Amino acid sequence: MEMFTVWWEYGFMRNAFFAILIITPLFALLGTMIVNNKMAFFSDALGHCALTGIAVGVVLGISDTSLSMVLFAVVFALLLNKISKKSAASTDTIISVFSSCSIAVGLAILSKGGNFSKYSGLLVGDILSITGREIFYLILIFAATLGFWFFAFNKLNAVSLNRTLAKSRGINVNLIENLFAVFLALIVMLSIKWVGILIINALLILPAASSRNIAVNMREYHFFSIVFSLFCGMLGLIISYFTNVATGPMIVILASVIYFCTYFYGKKIG
Amino acid sequence: MRKIIKPCGLHCIKVKDLGVEIGGQVILKDINLHIHCGTLTAIIGKNGAGKSTLIKAMLNDVRHTGKIEFKDRENGHVQKLRIGYVPQNLNIEKHTPVSVYDMIASYQSNYPVFFRKSRRLYGEIKESLRVFEAEALIDKQVCNLSGGELQRVLLSMAVMDEPNLLLLDEPVSGIDQNGMELFYKRIEYLKEHFDLAIILISHDLGYVKKYADHVVLLDERILAQGSPGEVYSGEAFQKTFAETEVQI
Repeated sequence: MEMFTVWWEYGFMRNAFFAILIITPLFALLGTMIVNNKMAFFSDALGHCALTGIAVGVVLGISDTSLSMVLFAVVFALLLNKISKKSAASTDTIISVFSSCSIAVGLAILSKGGNFSKYSGLLVGDILSITGREIFYLILIFAATLGFWFFAFNKLNAVSLNRTLAKSRGINVNLIENLFAVFLALIVMLSIKWVGILIINALLILPAASSRNIAVNMREYHFFSIVFSLFCGMLGLIISYFTNVATGPMIVILASVIYFCTYFYGKKIG
Repeated sequence: MRKIIKPCGLHCIKVKDLGVEIGGQVILKDINLHIHCGTLTAIIGKNGAGKSTLIKAMLNDVRHTGKIEFKDRENGHVQKLRIGYVPQNLNIEKHTPVSVYDMIASYQSNYPVFFRKSRRLYGEIKESLRVFEAEALIDKQVCNLSGGELQRVLLSMAVMDEPNLLLLDEPVSGIDQNGMELFYKRIEYLKEHFDLAIILISHDLGYVKKYADHVVLLDERILAQGSPGEVYSGEAFQKTFAETEVQI
């Protein structure tokens, strides 16, 4: 029993616990739409542009680089949305071009003068360093996203199935798609410090992808996605405490295991 | 959906001088159509003639010039046109966890589909699926439906709001001969039992001849229109379908 309580003694572990309690269901929710819309690459690019956002902040001399990071990500997301719709080239090519370009600019600026090590923590993230105030911000974005999800999920789903059909039903397709991109950008940016650029996409995609292996309707899809996400988050945190491994990667390892299990289970039941 | 009165024949939809230009290229121009309720208008033409664009323009999905009016013929009142649409296909692949209920509820209601099923909505959807004998499909995954089943579901959804105009975009792809016949039978049933006008994009000239009341031959503009007999015997038709004549 002690094994389950000893880590609770530490304030940073409790904070991390609450942060995971908020972040993982959020990721699970957004993930369902990312996977259905085949936007995995899009969210990946969003994560990568965090570095560029910070670099922009550094260049402009903004003291709080989180602000420039969030703003940059929102602009980046809207721009990507617009361009991938307009252009004739395939979406993943365009996203790739933008993503590589932005990360190169970010790295170039941040590494100037050999200072990159200051920012390299962002690559892996550190959930244990989260503070109470930051958890409060997470709660705010959590509430906003939940509201958005209740109000707009049907419309998102309708657009995802067929844009023209959605339009014929009076749905403002562009507005809905842009709102989704903005929410995605906000959440990815606000949690990237704790989760890390390298694995944030895994946390977005894996729970929903696992759920999709076994779910047959939207209720199951959401339910399993949230359950998997929460479960991996909690267990990952505890295991990482005892094994002294970074929390983010541990959560992703668990989520991957679940993915493979559901994959084979889904195959078996057809 | 409740069966309604026979088509009154008093409503008409007028498309006036509709034109579409995309990236400087003229896709459609000078489109003038006059469509009555209770009739089936078929749009035919080569690939790339602008058939799908015409439907998208009518749905306001692409920017267009000209206008579309919906009038009561008796007193000339202009009313708001309700359009039902049956798309060519859906963006759905294997294992997508979207049931027929989820799909229809997403388009029909704001009550979030990831939440507990709304019993009222479920009943309504089931009722509307009954029109095309598709009520048993309500809990099936959309991606597992056969072409014909999906068609029935989409048709049911399109007529749920009691539209004045039904647009069908090449709905016969992926369906066998028997299914095609059934499909056209259903369209005929709709035409006779609901107060609406139907516009159908079709590649199958044989079925068009058999079922359509009015045929529009399209290639950037309207080359010919009239009854199937008139259009099929015209010069423009012969030219357009010189190589595909075997089909008729």
